[in-house]
This record gives sequence, structure tokens and C-alpha cells, in this order.
Amino acid sequence: MNPQFLGRNVFDLDDYSHDEIMYILEAAKGMKEINTREYKKIPTLRGKTVCTLFVENSTRTRMSFELAANRLSADVVSFQANVSALQKGESLQDTVYTLNAMGIDLYCIRHSSPGSPQLVNKYSQKPVINGGDGRHAHPTQALLDIYSIWEKRGDIKGLKISIVGDILHSRVVRSNLIGMRKLGAKVTVCGPKTLMPSNMESVYDCKVEYDLGKALSGADVVMGLRMQLERMSEGLFPSLEEYSKHYVLSKDTLKYAKGNALIMHPGPMNRGVEILPEIADSKQSVIVEQVANGVAIRMALMFLILGGKA
Amino acid sequence: MDGKLLRKEMLIDGRKIASIAKQIDDRADRTIDAAGAAIFPGFIDLHAHLRDPGQTYKEDIVTGTRSAAKGGYTAVCAMPNTDPVTDNIASVEYIQLRAKELGSAKVYVIGALTKQSKGEEISEMATMKSGGIVAVSDDGNCVQNSRLMLSCLRYAANFKLPVIVHPEDYALAGKGQIHAGKVATRIGLSGIPGLAEEVIIARDIMLAESAGARLHIAHISTERSLELVRSAKKRGLPVTCEVTPHHLVLAEEACSSFNTNTKMKPPLRSEKDRQACISALKEGLIDCIASDHAPHADFEKEREFDHAPFGIIGFETAFAILYDKLVQTKTISLKTLVDNLSSKPAQLLNLPGGIIKEGACADITIIDLNSNSSFTEDSFLSKSSNSPWLNESVKSRVKYTFMNGRITYQDS
Repeated sequence: MNPQFLGRNVFDLDDYSHDEIMYILEAAKGMKEINTREYKKIPTLRGKTVCTLFVENSTRTRMSFELAANRLSADVVSFQANVSALQKGESLQDTVYTLNAMGIDLYCIRHSSPGSPQLVNKYSQKPVINGGDGRHAHPTQALLDIYSIWEKRGDIKGLKISIVGDILHSRVVRSNLIGMRKLGAKVTVCGPKTLMPSNMESVYDCKVEYDLGKALSGADVVMGLRMQLERMSEGLFPSLEEYSKHYVLSKDTLKYAKGNALIMHPGPMNRGVEILPEIADSKQSVIVEQVANGVAIRMALMFLILGGKA
Repeated sequence: MDGKLLRKEMLIDGRKIASIAKQIDDRADRTIDAAGAAIFPGFIDLHAHLRDPGQTYKEDIVTGTRSAAKGGYTAVCAMPNTDPVTDNIASVEYIQLRAKELGSAKVYVIGALTKQSKGEEISEMATMKSGGIVAVSDDGNCVQNSRLMLSCLRYAANFKLPVIVHPEDYALAGKGQIHAGKVATRIGLSGIPGLAEEVIIARDIMLAESAGARLHIAHISTERSLELVRSAKKRGLPVTCEVTPHHLVLAEEACSSFNTNTKMKPPLRSEKDRQACISALKEGLIDCIASDHAPHADFEKEREFDHAPFGIIGFETAFAILYDKLVQTKTISLKTLVDNLSSKPAQLLNLPGGIIKEGACADITIIDLNSNSSFTEDSFLSKSSNSPWLNESVKSRVKYTFMNGRITYQDS
């Protein structure tokens, strides 16, 4: 048990130091080993109760959190907004009061509103892991991304990481920028200007490129982001075809990156839009491994926060 | 007076200030020792939401004016976004009557610019003018249709009614929650760009010039908005503007902890915009300070940031916060602060008050500038406590407020 992590919230990575992030990665390494066993379960969190509180649809992330808790032997309860009182007008405050009365020890929340994990913590006085709040943050995704790079490359420092796509709406990018910069990577974000937030350079100390070739030039890691159709009706880009023509990750465009560049994507992918199968399924791709690492990272966080015994 | 505090005695007789002198020998029914405190003209707020009728769980005319009196105000202008909207003479008279009977401050009514403030048809503003409205506005809403806005301005000019505009281009503001700046980029809330305000100010200055109308811009908040007003004034156009205390004291960084009491329209802008507002206040480009008192119940504010309503209360904090953050820090003078809260808003809408002199109505406030007080849910006389300064302490305290010679607030 490391008291440094006990009862901590994971709202975003800015609350965690370089050394703490490294400590989490090391812990996740041990967890990953458990996931390769025939019997993938340890008793460390027996008697603890984890609640996944998902006020925005997400099957994959919720499953990842629940598997993580299950493998540590915690009890898991799941609250989903589409089948719940939240749609009938109960406030988040009352929902959390209700859940809390049932004896929850840790909340994992997904919500479309930035800042809602902070509210859940305020109402419950229990630790909260942010599973994605609007465009704000997605720290467990960033940690699993960083873990995936660290596992392959050993050191993040000095790596050139290029992230391509709808930067404006991406919580994955925001948390990754914080974490990757803390670990000393050089990050370039790339996408059409209409999908790029203002002041990126000064807020994150990163580089902004609108040209894919320039963005990928010399990259050690290339991450694609999901391009959503609804941005078209918001007047932010004209068509998936035109987007793809300029920003797709393909053999052709990846030639600007280093020959052994890692290919990443937080999923779900739009094959043929932001990434071609020839890249997504290539030997350099760690996209499927990212998913496996996600379970390990979430196990590590739950273990550290709830004070599991090793 | 003339920027200096003088040691004087004041005699109030009935509704008037009877005399001001070094020493008054006349016997009074009641004597108040204001030693150590300063007497200012009662503050006048050109921009307030009293929520009455229709949303009296947030505020009503009784609590709203009590709250105003506690903040040193003796007169407030009520914005028409009530329910129903104050777009007709009966609604105007309701507010006037309630305020006269039960109010702790004078309440001047601002009538709606368009029917139900829907931005579709001109309101019966001439009829409301005969009932005593002091201006027209669709505050909270903004007429998007430029042709209709031109028509409203021409019609208002016809009846010599100032038009107060809440400048917001809806399409540019979108679903924005806070200023489209560094903090919005970092915390992922959608942004309201300064442009949403600026393009409407530019449009309305041009339309008002063409219509020959008197235009007042509510809660100005960006550097470029101020430049637009500057150039309009330079050309001699009857364009004025107000700034809120929060845009003078807070910037976008205040939103970074997701406190819904930092959510209002226009949003808290960049530090550069804030500094521009302060400079404009000092040089007199800004014509007055208005609170934009906008009460909301705690259950409305106590929720996810992007689901909480826009607006904060302002009567009780305005003077105290500005005194602490701008006067005490020597950023602006006490005279600038007091003038912008009293004589300047009075002149702007040609309202009585805002001055201390013999024969004037006894609308005054007595403030101890060396006494601490704090803002808590219990301390606010407003029904609501949605203030970014909740649980903060300040270094001044209103001791008494008099409206027409009657005590409307007394510190206990």
C-alpha cells in the first residue's frame, strides 16, 4: 500500500507528478501480468465496492472499468443514465447521495459535462476516477496510451508524438498532452483549423500543424482520433471524403514519420476516414494492445486508490 | 466632494436633505453618529433582474430591493425578462406599485424592446413610456434580425426612449459556457468568443446611427467592444456603455474550478480584456458600473457547469468588492468608484439622485470603510446566494441606507 495514492481522485493528470505517473505505469505492469494468467483474479479489493456511473453512453470504457474492478475482487455496481432516474430529472447530486447511501467506495464516472467528476467527489466524499468528462479530460485513456508507448519504447522523454484529427472535441488529446509533456515528450497536434482550439501552443506547450506531412515528419508515435459525422452539420468541415483526403493515416502519409513509428488510436475507429486498414492492422499498430493496457491501468489506479494489499 | 471626504453634519427633513454644514445646531428627532464612516449618494443600478413577477423563488421586489439597500443602492432599474415579460403597461404598473408599497429602493422599469422579448415584433413601448419606463431592452435576449433591430431603434428614437442592448450573436455564442480563451481550451467547456459581443455592438452602433437612436450597451466585456464604443463616441454618437463589477475584478481563470457562480453572460473574459475595462473606466470611456444582479436558486446553480443557468447576484457585493479589489489597491480612486455607482448612472438615464446637496432627495448610504464584513448564504438579503464572492470577507460595511429620507437598511 502506498499512502501517497490512498483516497486520491483522478480528475486529470495535472494533479499527478512525473514520478507519480511513472509509479502508476509500474503498478500497471504488474496488473498486466495478472491479466495473462489463466485465472485472472486477485483478492486484494475484496469487500470494496466500485460504482461505474455512466451518464454518457460508452460500452467499452465501462466494461474496462468493470473488468478491472472484478479482477481485483471488488464488488461492482453499474449506473447508466439511459436507463436511470437521471433522465427523469433527478439531479446528479441526488443520484450520488442515493448511490452513496448504498456504500460505494470508489466512483468511475463518464459524463458529457466537464467538471462533473469533481461534483461527484463533492457530493460523495469518495474518490472518483474520471472516465471522460465532455471535452475536458480522459486521464485513464491518457495513462493507457502513455503506458503503451512506454512499454514499447522504454522512455517517453524526447519522443516526438503526433496526434491527428478533431482536436477541438477531444478529451483524449487534452489529457494526453498534460501527461506526455510531463514525461518530456514533444507533442504536435494536427487537424483542420476549424477543429483546433485556440491558444493550444501556450496552454500545452505543444506544436500545432495544419499540414499532415509536416505534423508527421520524424514522428516516433502517431495517434489518430475519431472523426465524427456530426461535425459536418455543425459547419466545421465539409465531408468525410475531403477530410480523409487531407488527414488520413495511410502508408502514403506515414512515410513522413519514422519507419518504426508506433500507430495508436483510442477507438472506436472509422476505418477509411481517419485511418486506413493498412495502417490500423500493420505490425507497428498497438491499437488492440491499448485496449488490454486500459484494463491494467484501471486496475492499477483502483488498487492504489483503495489501498489494496500487494 | 470633489474627490475628497469632508467631515460634515447632515440634516434630513422629510424626504430631503435640509442642510449640510460643519455643525448643525437644529434639534433632530434622531441623531446618527456616522463618525468613521463615509456618506455617499445612494447607488443607482441601471441593470438588475428582480425576477418579479414569475420567478419569485429566485427573488422578488421586496427581497431584491432589500438586497439593493444593503448594498448601498437607493434605486435600481428592473430588466423586463420577467414572466410574463414586462412588455405592456399593466406589467409596468405592477412592478411600480409593488415597489412603491413594499420596496426598499426606488424601482425604475425598463420595458421590453420586442413583444415577449422574442425578437419578432416591436413592443408597445410608447404606451409603456407614458407609464414611466426609463428605457427599452430585451436584455438576456438579443434581437438577431437586423431589419427588426433597425425598426426598433427608429421607433424608440421616435419616442425618445434609450435602447439598452445585450450584445450577443447567438450563432457565434453557440452553446458556449465560458469565454472562448485559454481556460475553455484547457478545461473543455465550449467557448463564447468575444466576437459574439463585438459584431452586435458594431451592428447596433451602425443601426442606431442610421435610426438616430440613443444606444446603451449593457455589460461590456472585451477590449475590442470598448474600441467600437470609443470610435462611436469620437464621432459624437449618443452611445454609452456600462461594465459590471465582475468583469472589472475577475477573468476567465476564475472558471477553471467549475464553480457555477462564475458562469454568466457575457462570460468572464481574458485578463487583457479585464485590464482594458479598468482603463476604460478610469478614462471615462465606460459611463457607469451596473451590477447585472441575476439571482438563481441554489438547486439551479448546484449542478453540472453546462447545465447551470447564467448569472450572479450583485447588489450586496458591488461596492465592497470594487472597494477592496480596485480602490484599496489604488487601481482606481474612491471618487471614480462612487461616481460610477451614483451620479453617472443617474445622468445616463436622467434619473433623480446620485448627488448629495441641500434640497436634493435624501437618497444616501453610509459606509464604514474600516470595518470587516463577509458574504455568506445567511448574510445575503437576496433570496439567492449565487455569488462568486460567497464566503469572502471584505473591508467595508454598509451601516445605513436612506431612500427619500427613510431608513431602508440598517446594519445590526
